[in-house]
Amino acid sequence: MNMETSQAGMGNNTVMCLLTDPEGTNLGSAMYIPQTAGPLQLTQLVNRFLNNEEMLPYSFYVSDEELLVPVGTYLEKNQVSVEKVLTIVYQQQAVFRIRPVNRCSQTIAGHAEAVLCVSFSPDGKQLASGSGDTTVRLWDLNTETPLFTCKDGNPLTGHKKWITGISWEPVHLSSPCRRFVTSSKDGDARIWDVTLKKTLICLSGHTLAVTCVKWGGDGIIYTGSQDCTIKMWETTQGKLIRELKGHGHWVNSLALSTEYVLRTGAFDHTGRQYPPNEEMKKALERYNQTKGDSPERLVSGSDDFTMFLWEPSVSKQPKKRLTGHQQLVNHVYFSPDGKWIASASFDRSVRLWNGVTGQFVTAFRGHVGPVYQVSWSADSRLLLSGSKDSTLKIWEIRTKTLKQDLPGHADEVFAVDWSPDGEKVVSGGKDKVLKLWKG
Amino acid sequence: MPQGDYIELHQKRHGRRLDYEERKRKKEARAVHKRSKQAQNSIGIKGKMIAKKNYAEKAQMKKTLKMHEESSSRRKADEDVQEGAVPAYLLDRENTSRAKVLSNTIKQKRKEKAGKWEVPLPKVRPVAEDEMFRVIRSGKRKTKQWKRMVTKATFVGPGFTRKPPKYERFIRPSGLRFTKAHVTHPELRCTFCLEIIGIKKNPNGPMYTSLGVMTRGTIIEVNVSELGLVTPAGKVVWGKYAQVTNNPENDGCINAVLLV
Repeated sequence: MNMETSQAGMGNNTVMCLLTDPEGTNLGSAMYIPQTAGPLQLTQLVNRFLNNEEMLPYSFYVSDEELLVPVGTYLEKNQVSVEKVLTIVYQQQAVFRIRPVNRCSQTIAGHAEAVLCVSFSPDGKQLASGSGDTTVRLWDLNTETPLFTCKDGNPLTGHKKWITGISWEPVHLSSPCRRFVTSSKDGDARIWDVTLKKTLICLSGHTLAVTCVKWGGDGIIYTGSQDCTIKMWETTQGKLIRELKGHGHWVNSLALSTEYVLRTGAFDHTGRQYPPNEEMKKALERYNQTKGDSPERLVSGSDDFTMFLWEPSVSKQPKKRLTGHQQLVNHVYFSPDGKWIASASFDRSVRLWNGVTGQFVTAFRGHVGPVYQVSWSADSRLLLSGSKDSTLKIWEIRTKTLKQDLPGHADEVFAVDWSPDGEKVVSGGKDKVLKLWKG
Repeated sequence: MPQGDYIELHQKRHGRRLDYEERKRKKEARAVHKRSKQAQNSIGIKGKMIAKKNYAEKAQMKKTLKMHEESSSRRKADEDVQEGAVPAYLLDRENTSRAKVLSNTIKQKRKEKAGKWEVPLPKVRPVAEDEMFRVIRSGKRKTKQWKRMVTKATFVGPGFTRKPPKYERFIRPSGLRFTKAHVTHPELRCTFCLEIIGIKKNPNGPMYTSLGVMTRGTIIEVNVSELGLVTPAGKVVWGKYAQVTNNPENDGCINAVLLV
């Protein structure tokens, strides 16, 4: 503080700055900051002001552009006048840092047909993969060998056509998780109970196939369908709450801003285990922390080459329309901290958008075939994309460039997933093998 | 009375021979051997007809036996694993042009070094020089005959500049210059119009290769970045070889098949 006041008189080397947080509240009042101050010094300042016990990492943005160089250099480049007050928005980044994976540690064969989807468990210790040969296999990650193969057993029947998506009930609403919802090509979504092994409620209303379903953190189920609408259902009786219209063609994929936190539940990067009754409390705590004060946001990607950003609990009208893709949008995914949206499209690019305002940030080009799926690392700094051209690519958000290229699959890559503890990446595809990648 | 009736009438009146049943039984026993001898010794069309009839009977008998053997008890049925599984987001979509990933670039590199290629058209009709070139007479009295004009389709690179007309021996008319070829992928059975990068080998001789003449059976290199192929190492493939399958000077276009 003393340093700043002494330099206040020298107009050439200081600039007037105002630090604000993403919601708009100011941190202190406008002050003089020397022009040699870079992100590191600003981080120290913010930590000081917020009285943080430990140094938390922050990233700074001036008018939506990230500040990577000292303030002075930025001013010179953009020719901003020193007279005006410069507004710097700070955003907290994840405390931990995930290392990018760069080698294939294991190629696991075992499926008789193409691997269609893969998923890590919330604690990151187990892996499940579903395949076209009608089996689901569970894999042990320590030894990288199969644990179980789930064949026919007792199937839960009810849907008349292919099942297109599954979503579990968030653990902070009920622990242990008993219910999940599935969407199918026959046009309805069903809520199932695992212990009773039957359908609880059938949500019908869509006229064409339901392509994806998500169970939101506030107990609402969102379903996107080929009839161009998204419907919101409440879970106790299965009644339709709202219908979100706007898309011109099939809705391919839905994503919620709190999705990652719902998926990982009570587990976070520290890898602690909790006894069952504490799990629910911890999950609720993490959910509230990620959600913040703003309502849950939903983004939907469609065949009409655009995406819509909605705030479903607030209004029926979309908040923003995200255009720019030149082919259909196949997969959308919010980053774990809810700040970014990544969209994978058949035009071979992955686009990054601001998660709060929906503004376009950058497009990642590099794939030579349609990009099928994307996955975020747990610290929101790295983005993984798998494509029809059989490669996976890791993109860095800070520099907005390609970080790592992961070739090796013999055929199209259908599904990718990053483990919540950030150690491993798994990818499965048409060549019937699963590949595990490590840092 | 018809003649068969006389036989019947006699049988009714006087009965059959006393050893009729025995003779009948023995004759039927011998019938099997007779049939077999007949089947083995018949030749020509008669033999074939007998063999065909016997085979049909055998197949029918096998089917009936199998049917009888099927028990009514329930068995575990092998569910057919259907091929062509796609993830949910690809369910209703048709995947039209899809080129498979290159497998085994090492083998291909070795083949390239050896200069041996398995090509769709291994032998082509050799083209004679007088068919390939037309003699152009030059000079004041039109007696000099050292210039030649190419009568087949050619490819010249993008940076091609003619030699000074007084000195050029081989004339490649611009009407016969092509830059693009219609390349068919043999497995996908779809055709793309791709740019030619260069001529690799003309089977009629190295002179034609260096001139850039494209006849039937010439190996050309085409730009395949449109197809989006990727090597196992992750590099993007942008050039591949193709072999010309038509006579471009007759058709006005170059048709080629991709060598995968």
